[in-house]
Amino acid sequence: MVADVASVRTDLVSATAPPSSVNAFWHAFRENKGAVVGAALAIAIAIVAILADVVAPHSPLEQFRDAIKAPPAWMEGGSRQFVLGTDGLGRDMLSRLIYGARVSLFIGLAVMTISFGLGVVLGLAAAFNSVVDVLVTRVMDLIMSVPDLVLAILAVAILGPSLVNTIIAVTIVFLPRYVRLVRASALGELDKDYVTAARVAGVGALRLAFMTVLPNCLGPLIVQATLGVSDAILEAAALGFLGLGAQPPTPEWGSMLADSREFIRSQPWIVTFPGLAILVTAVAINLAGDGLRDALDPKMRRS
Amino acid sequence: MIRFLFTRVALTIPTFVALTFLTFMAIRLVPGDPVEVRTGEHGITPERLAMFRHQLGLDQPVWKQFLDYVWHLLHGDFGTSLSTSGNVLTEFLTLFPATVELSFVAMLLAIVCGLPMGVFAAVKRGSWYDQLLMGISVTGYSMPIFWWGLLLIMLVAERWHLAPVAGRIDLIRYDYDPVTGFMLVDSLLSDQKGAFLDALHHLMLPAFVLGTIPLAVIARMTRSSMLEVLSEDYVRTARAKGLSPLRVVGLHALRNALIPVVTVIGLMTGTLLAGAVLTETIFSWPGVGHWLIESISRRDYPALQGGIILISTVVILVNLAVDFVYGIINPRIRHGR
Repeated sequence: MVADVASVRTDLVSATAPPSSVNAFWHAFRENKGAVVGAALAIAIAIVAILADVVAPHSPLEQFRDAIKAPPAWMEGGSRQFVLGTDGLGRDMLSRLIYGARVSLFIGLAVMTISFGLGVVLGLAAAFNSVVDVLVTRVMDLIMSVPDLVLAILAVAILGPSLVNTIIAVTIVFLPRYVRLVRASALGELDKDYVTAARVAGVGALRLAFMTVLPNCLGPLIVQATLGVSDAILEAAALGFLGLGAQPPTPEWGSMLADSREFIRSQPWIVTFPGLAILVTAVAINLAGDGLRDALDPKMRRS
Repeated sequence: MIRFLFTRVALTIPTFVALTFLTFMAIRLVPGDPVEVRTGEHGITPERLAMFRHQLGLDQPVWKQFLDYVWHLLHGDFGTSLSTSGNVLTEFLTLFPATVELSFVAMLLAIVCGLPMGVFAAVKRGSWYDQLLMGISVTGYSMPIFWWGLLLIMLVAERWHLAPVAGRIDLIRYDYDPVTGFMLVDSLLSDQKGAFLDALHHLMLPAFVLGTIPLAVIARMTRSSMLEVLSEDYVRTARAKGLSPLRVVGLHALRNALIPVVTVIGLMTGTLLAGAVLTETIFSWPGVGHWLIESISRRDYPALQGGIILISTVVILVNLAVDFVYGIINPRIRHGR
């Protein structure tokens, strides 16, 4: 009996102090083990990329002429000096992969940030103004009618292949997803009472869009942004593979793969590792993104 | 319904015009003079240069060039390839069946494997099987398929000799004129023994590579759609009536769960064509994706321009068809805003 009273009392105490939204989110996110593993892995890759100068055993560009195409340490003929072996020019594979993480994450984050920002502005403008809406929606439909990689290829063909142009091309390709998402969520919010109340209270258009409506659209947008990083990394790697991305000698995972094609038969590790790096990074980010979605909005589905 | 059809078709017309205009302008922005590309590095006399420019219509104002281009497009003339001097449309149509065949088989593979995987994962929700399948699925759609292709060539073709490395058929052993352009059909028509199996053998690996991402997406989509449907009242009613689980899942639930899946499948044409660019490059598959990449490295702008317009047209038309089908299945869309 006493115990019952005690438990009721603690219930009451906890009920009066609702969990903070951060706590609630973390609680839901933690449920999904894959998401936690993915997030941890993605953070680990990011740390390695940031600390590349400290972590990498060699320079990504230094050519060891006496150790060209050296196999990884655990294979016959491998040495501790080059843990994952060397490539066709005698450059340390591990170091190139570590610096490559920097390049790929930079591209992924840059594309995400720019398309997030532009997407919010264009999407909100479209939701609030019908003239802008027609224009923006048409242009986005147009972009989406060209297969993503083909459009990116076209953009790079015009701008010329480079790291910055890769970012521009991939941003153009992925922008419609953000714009449409912001527009749709904002339109869904516009009819709600709190927006009407804010309007009645005389809130200005800009403040209404960015301070009142936008925070309520952020959930799906954050999920899209997370998944967008991995999509951007994959797309940039595909451009790199086609020779249209960051130019040599930049250690970019996609172009490392393109250079390795001739070694398919003789030195398979040169082909294996860069692709594995892309895959692991993309899986880690996607797992984290899926977990975010489940935690922020269980009803949302990846389409 | 007719009004719905009409509006949807009407809406694509500005898209077409804008698409043509943008590709046209984009190609004009590309550094490098097409005349110099054609004549090569060595200089030519100003008179000949002027003659070439006149021949190509490059001495006209840009708006005139654009209108000319559209006029030619409307007559089915997509220009002449700079590298082969062939008609762009003809080249595209010659290569397109190879891409369609590859994409079709890839999609078939993705559907045949992805649907049952998704249904089973949904029915066994939370089991180790479900978790394994979803793990495979997330790996599948995170896959850099250009690497996946190289990896499979390395293992399946080079090491285990289970599949050919490239091409559509063994050209030394089998020789016949293309009738339809679809190797599987042509090999059957040719009456040559073993030709069909050889063509299938060549198609297997690239189709699997191209089908990987669609497979992952379909499996996932089917699972979540199925989970939603399985919690509906009519499924509970069907169970309560004492119908066998197979009948409940297979007949009552699956039929409704399929609607969003079918839409996603239809809308994946763009993904598939983009994937075909990479897959064809890796497997030296003579399709339009491979051709497009070649056009870029050769700076063959008429081919690039025509190719992009044609590929996008295919995507727009397929999406339109998906909309129609969806409008027929689901009246809410048809009468919606």
